[in-house]
Amino acid sequence: MSSGVLDPLRMTDQSPPTELLRFATAGSVDDGKSTLLGRLLYDSKSLFEDQIAAVEALSASRGHEWADLSLFTDGLRAEREQGITIDVAYRYFATPRRRFIIADTPGHLQYTRNMVTGASTADVALILVDARKRLVEQSRRHAFLCSLLRVPRLVLCVNKMDLVGWSGSVFHHIREEFSAFAAQLGVPEPAAIPISALHGDNIVSRSANMPWYDGPSLLDHLEGVHVASYRNLVDARFPVQYVIRPQSSGHPDYRGYAGQIASGTLRPGDEVVVLPSGLTSVISSIETADGPVPEAFPPMSVTIRLAGDLDVARGDMICVPHHPAAVTREVEAMVCWMDDTRPLTPGGRYTVKHTTRSVRAVVSELSYRLDVNSLGRDTAATSLSLNEIGLVRLRTMTPLLCDEYPRNRVTGSLIIIDETTNATVAAGMITRTR
Amino acid sequence: MDSVTLPMTRLLHLDALEAEGVFLMREVAAEFERPVLLFSAGKDSVVMLRLAQKAFAPARIPFPVLHVDTGHNFPEVIAFRDKRVAELGVTLEVASVPDALASGRVREPADGSRNRIQTPVLLAAVEKHRFDALFGGARRDEEKARAKERIFSFRDEFGQWDPRNQRPEVWALYNARIHPGQSIRVFPLSNWTELDIWQYIARERLELPDIYYAHEREVVDRDGLLFAVNEFLPLRPGERPFTTKVRYRTVGDASCTAAVRSEADTVERVIEEISATRVTERGATRGDDRVSETAMEDRKREGYF
Repeated sequence: MSSGVLDPLRMTDQSPPTELLRFATAGSVDDGKSTLLGRLLYDSKSLFEDQIAAVEALSASRGHEWADLSLFTDGLRAEREQGITIDVAYRYFATPRRRFIIADTPGHLQYTRNMVTGASTADVALILVDARKRLVEQSRRHAFLCSLLRVPRLVLCVNKMDLVGWSGSVFHHIREEFSAFAAQLGVPEPAAIPISALHGDNIVSRSANMPWYDGPSLLDHLEGVHVASYRNLVDARFPVQYVIRPQSSGHPDYRGYAGQIASGTLRPGDEVVVLPSGLTSVISSIETADGPVPEAFPPMSVTIRLAGDLDVARGDMICVPHHPAAVTREVEAMVCWMDDTRPLTPGGRYTVKHTTRSVRAVVSELSYRLDVNSLGRDTAATSLSLNEIGLVRLRTMTPLLCDEYPRNRVTGSLIIIDETTNATVAAGMITRTR
Repeated sequence: MDSVTLPMTRLLHLDALEAEGVFLMREVAAEFERPVLLFSAGKDSVVMLRLAQKAFAPARIPFPVLHVDTGHNFPEVIAFRDKRVAELGVTLEVASVPDALASGRVREPADGSRNRIQTPVLLAAVEKHRFDALFGGARRDEEKARAKERIFSFRDEFGQWDPRNQRPEVWALYNARIHPGQSIRVFPLSNWTELDIWQYIARERLELPDIYYAHEREVVDRDGLLFAVNEFLPLRPGERPFTTKVRYRTVGDASCTAAVRSEADTVERVIEEISATRVTERGATRGDDRVSETAMEDRKREGYF
């Protein structure tokens, strides 16, 4: 696999070395998010004739004056009927510089869990606000969720600039208000772009209607935004996913630990510690189906072989010895409750899935419920309902091998599963590992 | 960082997609008892099988493959299927629509297309073999209902998809827990586009059935779609077959999969053609999606891929 990273022989003229960027979009109802995405796809020529024809026909049949670009992204029957976006939709487009995966997340209050879903894997989040409405509660909630999920970059898109007479002062006011809120959240200074998704201003090319704005168009920004390879720069973590033992005549004694690098860089010869046993070993080789590689870093899927006879299984973790992950049966986590049938209550028993390890757990304490609008803490809260966020203590039957989420998005995240319904009832971010 | 040289820290997009696919293959093999990979010998399933091969090397792929055989096949495709399966040493299970028709479990639809009756045949095979996870080659860029489906897509005892009640999918933490009789459809190519698939086929030098490349074929023009003239497609009054150079962008039931005019007879030319094309893969070739705006959603609710 890494032979494909630098080997120019494997890059044909048709496959330029493009990077993958994942971004999520968040906006309130009627902020024009679907229209923005439709516009981005339409103007970057990522839509096909049959898709355009279908949307034009549907728009005309509904008596719309122009093609309703939101119809490109609203796919389910109920969405088209009600004119709303229900579920996270994934969209794809490419420019010569980058391949984009968009998680299009609905903005309604009741669908916060979708916002968390989209933001959990995003490198960049676009937060859309209506220039006429300024920052509404929803925008703050979206920004807060992005900060909670540690999305590395935020972009504030002030939409519907056409409806405020392309006013620079309106834009600057919203930008300042948003920056102040972002500072309060401790997130890096967000980029801000004034746009009109409906008319295409500042989406792909710079708008002539807003000469006072001297920044990039949205697409230019997305193509150029530097997403620090933060995952590589922290301590190496390799959750063992699967043990490969061919037990064939060609490979009688082969034993390899397959998985995806969660963080850091590992090389053959590196000394490592295997958790939870704490035994140390040395990496004898890092292999892929295409041959051995000199180093492995996120998000590579590889097979690591260790010197000596160790008993390593799925759910174990290979770490650097000087800064290993915590081995703990008690963690504190900020959780977003996603179940609409039953609330979280202290004492509840669940299964926690964390990296490649599933463990039984009990919620020993609900420390507080967070008001995502005021950021206030309600310490009197006794439960968390759908879309509520709170800090809990979890006690697990067997140890978790984990880091704090702000340090490591992979080894700091977990999901909570209801053992009766098997539903995924919460997403959690570990805030303390003891 | 204690190292002097910083690593080459970014993976190119095909490597990143491959790494994700391999991760999903291993996750399913580790978490489920009886996984199976849906293999139609179409280009997406060929790529998916390559990911499976890479995920477990140097061991063999630890699960069988399943082909839902409509009986309306292109002979080249069946020959290719058998060859590829033999090369990899995997077990092939066939869920046969003709057998189901013969036994009366399903009835031939009036319009001659067996697309819709594949679903009960697939579900019967799942029940018979007690498969609990099924890898499918569907991509989210193919169709708007697919754009909203999870990578681990939960199906109830009847194989049905409920788009309003999907499990949240956060980070790369996939919930594999199910009750007996339920199953998960897993889509490791969810984040790939048609162009990614072809670039990967070129990079990996993957062999495909010949019908993916331009060739002379006798076709008829039906509502703007070019259908091959064969025993599965009775000519309608007034239809006049003609021979032209075509290729297939998708390989499905020969009665509902159309060809496109093409001169692209190599993988490089196909990539050029796709880069310039202005019509989606399913829009150009699939009669089955033209039924309504939500044809795919409706079929998926019934248990279709």
